[in-house]
Amino acid sequence: MPVEILMPALSPTMTEGKLARWLKKEGEKVASGDVLAEIETDKATMELESVNDGVLGKILVPAGGDAVAVNKPIALILEEGEDASAATSPKAQTNGAAKEAAKPAEAPKVEAPAATPAPAPAAPKAAVPQTEPELGETKTMTVREALRDAMAEEMRRDPDVFLMGEEVAQYHGAYKISQGLLEEFGEKRVVDTPITEMGFTGLGVGASVMGLKPIVEFMTFNFAMQAIDQIINSAAKTLYMSGGQIHCPIVFRGPNGAAARVAAQHSQEYSSWYAHIPGLKVVAPYSASDAKGLLKSAIRDPNPVIFLENEILYGHSFPVPTDPDYLVPIGKAKVVRPGSHVTITAFSRMVEYALAAAETLKGEGIEAEVIDLRSLRPFDIETVVASVKKTNRIVSAEEGWQFAGIGSEISALVMEQAFDYLDAPVARVTGVDVPMPYAANLEKLALPHADHIVAAAKSVLYRS
Amino acid sequence: MPAKQAADAAAAKKPVRKDPGGKLDPELSLRLYEQMLLIRRLEEKAGQMYGMGLIGGFCHLYIGQEAVVIGMQSVITPDDAVVTSYRDHGHMIACGMDPKGILAELCGRRGGYSKGKGGSMHMFSREKNFYGGHGIVGAQVPFGTGIAFAHRYRENGNVCLTYMGDGAVNQGQVYESFNMAALWKLPVVYVIENNKYGMGTSIERASARVDFYHRGQSWGIPGAQVDGMDVMAVREAGEKAVSYTRAGKGPYILEMITYRYRGHSMSDPAKYRTREEVQKVRSERDPIDRLAHLIVEQGVASEDQLKDMDRKVKATISEAAEYAQNSPEPDPSELYTDVYVDA
Repeated sequence: MPVEILMPALSPTMTEGKLARWLKKEGEKVASGDVLAEIETDKATMELESVNDGVLGKILVPAGGDAVAVNKPIALILEEGEDASAATSPKAQTNGAAKEAAKPAEAPKVEAPAATPAPAPAAPKAAVPQTEPELGETKTMTVREALRDAMAEEMRRDPDVFLMGEEVAQYHGAYKISQGLLEEFGEKRVVDTPITEMGFTGLGVGASVMGLKPIVEFMTFNFAMQAIDQIINSAAKTLYMSGGQIHCPIVFRGPNGAAARVAAQHSQEYSSWYAHIPGLKVVAPYSASDAKGLLKSAIRDPNPVIFLENEILYGHSFPVPTDPDYLVPIGKAKVVRPGSHVTITAFSRMVEYALAAAETLKGEGIEAEVIDLRSLRPFDIETVVASVKKTNRIVSAEEGWQFAGIGSEISALVMEQAFDYLDAPVARVTGVDVPMPYAANLEKLALPHADHIVAAAKSVLYRS
Repeated sequence: MPAKQAADAAAAKKPVRKDPGGKLDPELSLRLYEQMLLIRRLEEKAGQMYGMGLIGGFCHLYIGQEAVVIGMQSVITPDDAVVTSYRDHGHMIACGMDPKGILAELCGRRGGYSKGKGGSMHMFSREKNFYGGHGIVGAQVPFGTGIAFAHRYRENGNVCLTYMGDGAVNQGQVYESFNMAALWKLPVVYVIENNKYGMGTSIERASARVDFYHRGQSWGIPGAQVDGMDVMAVREAGEKAVSYTRAGKGPYILEMITYRYRGHSMSDPAKYRTREEVQKVRSERDPIDRLAHLIVEQGVASEDQLKDMDRKVKATISEAAEYAQNSPEPDPSELYTDVYVDA
């Protein structure tokens, strides 16, 4: 039976092309792989190869034919001995399968996205517990110890959990987070890596798809920029790209943001970078109990979790529950100080400043409600909106840069969901829009402090 | 040095056997032949369907390289893992994945391996231990090294074949992986498919040295250069490499000298090489023709029997194409699924 050669689409965007010239004549023999014709697309001149053996029976579009639509028959290939007149039969086979299938098969119309995207950042079901657990019996410990205990408890509980990173084993972590872990779990499960961020990040992702639960420590998140392709393109997207078959239960953790006097390349705050990515969960705790409870939830979570710590907070002490099953849900903010005049949101170290600011404001008769966001994706907008409905004013505090920062997102969400409740524009307290300077006085000027939050709170209250 | 000469020079570093040597095992040789044919017919069909607008975006065909994956797959077990780049259709066939699911995925239909959400470059099958299908050049190399890490952690005796092209070998993360794999003696075979061109750039224009099997030398990783157009030669080298790494001795590098007949992707006018260069490889080194020749010569099967096999393979592919086109597009609600796993 004659085979119709159709005008091919030769690029992702081509809808028509020019038939520049024929390289075979009517009646000439063709073999699979022979070039039949040259076709000019919008980008280049391409060769059209035959995938059939036979004879070029009839040329339907002569050389020079311009604006030939994709899928229009341009020639007929006959089997040897076949007559070209058979070619006129409308039943001729096409060189692909059924032609009508070229039309998108009963494409169900995708509804245009609503003007206000319904559930903000693809709301995944929250991790393990849904509600805030009671603290119960506590003991005082540092954030550093809480993180170590979280890892140790989860490693005891699940033999598939292991820790890897630079200096995590023999050195006990550059910031001494993994003290005692090598001694308890051995070098199979506490793995010192070479200085090779992209390599060990990709390796961790590969191990996670096989069911292991790696905790990958970045000495600081500044170095994770070397590995961000593996975090986003491999860890965050594989579940979607595999149609739900392959998931990556992996935690990336380490200090984020400014330490002290380490200048531009070691002092960046990455919250909004990771919070931007569907497929990742992002947490940034402040207290030791949240650090422990959230890290345990992160390790048990079947999704990739970015766990942002803060170097300055490592040495801070807090009461921490002794219950080894104390888990804090990912995706829930926490009101850490109730108030009725103004809402202040903060996360990580900025919570400390927000609480200090609230204390100062109290002295001036202003009751600030402080929300520790804790999770940045999924984002607990409900808690923020509930607070704004009460206070009618909101200040967002973060250490990172302002443009496209977490405060920008909060501002948009509050406008979308509580516009009528606002008595003042949303105020943002952020780091200054410059790389971090080294000089002590300049560094201080570049970072947000409690005073900035006090000033912003007063401004949304129209007080000076 | 012109690309053609350079390509020949690289291939000439080790003598290319004109034909696979030795006496053929009848059952094995026919199976390998059929599988290579299955890849070729699938890829030809994919090319046609792309031309008809049924397949969108990027589509990288494997035609010419069939002996590499079929030879390698024949020396591993179903429990071993495979991971590769975006030129992945052949690897999926080799792993035993269904042409229906592959072509449906290429068409963006719900019957595809990734429910239509991954496309040509992003397909997976946990059941068949195929872990992608990775679109970022070189990114699959640490990923595959991590799969090997998990095998070693579990002490299950499995290995991971981690494929990459000659373009990927200049990515830094490849060497980060080599170092860790050698340091921790991970069960991984790195298969470099050297088809002479990273997109439109010949290996000589991209690499200071083009004998890639040496690239593990700094870490003491053994390497071998193999005629990747000879499925029996691939098997022989593959067996050695796989048994080495399975024995706990660490990684192994195989450089397969191969060739792709089609462009880098469907929209590649391929002006960086001559038509004669392509034709010469097709006529002299084609992996399917070479095995067919030997099969007939040794009387394992007649030409007619091979033609019969081809007809059956074509029918399988036509049926798969039919399935792909009739499979509906994903339900719009699928837009929002598979972003997170429920905790």
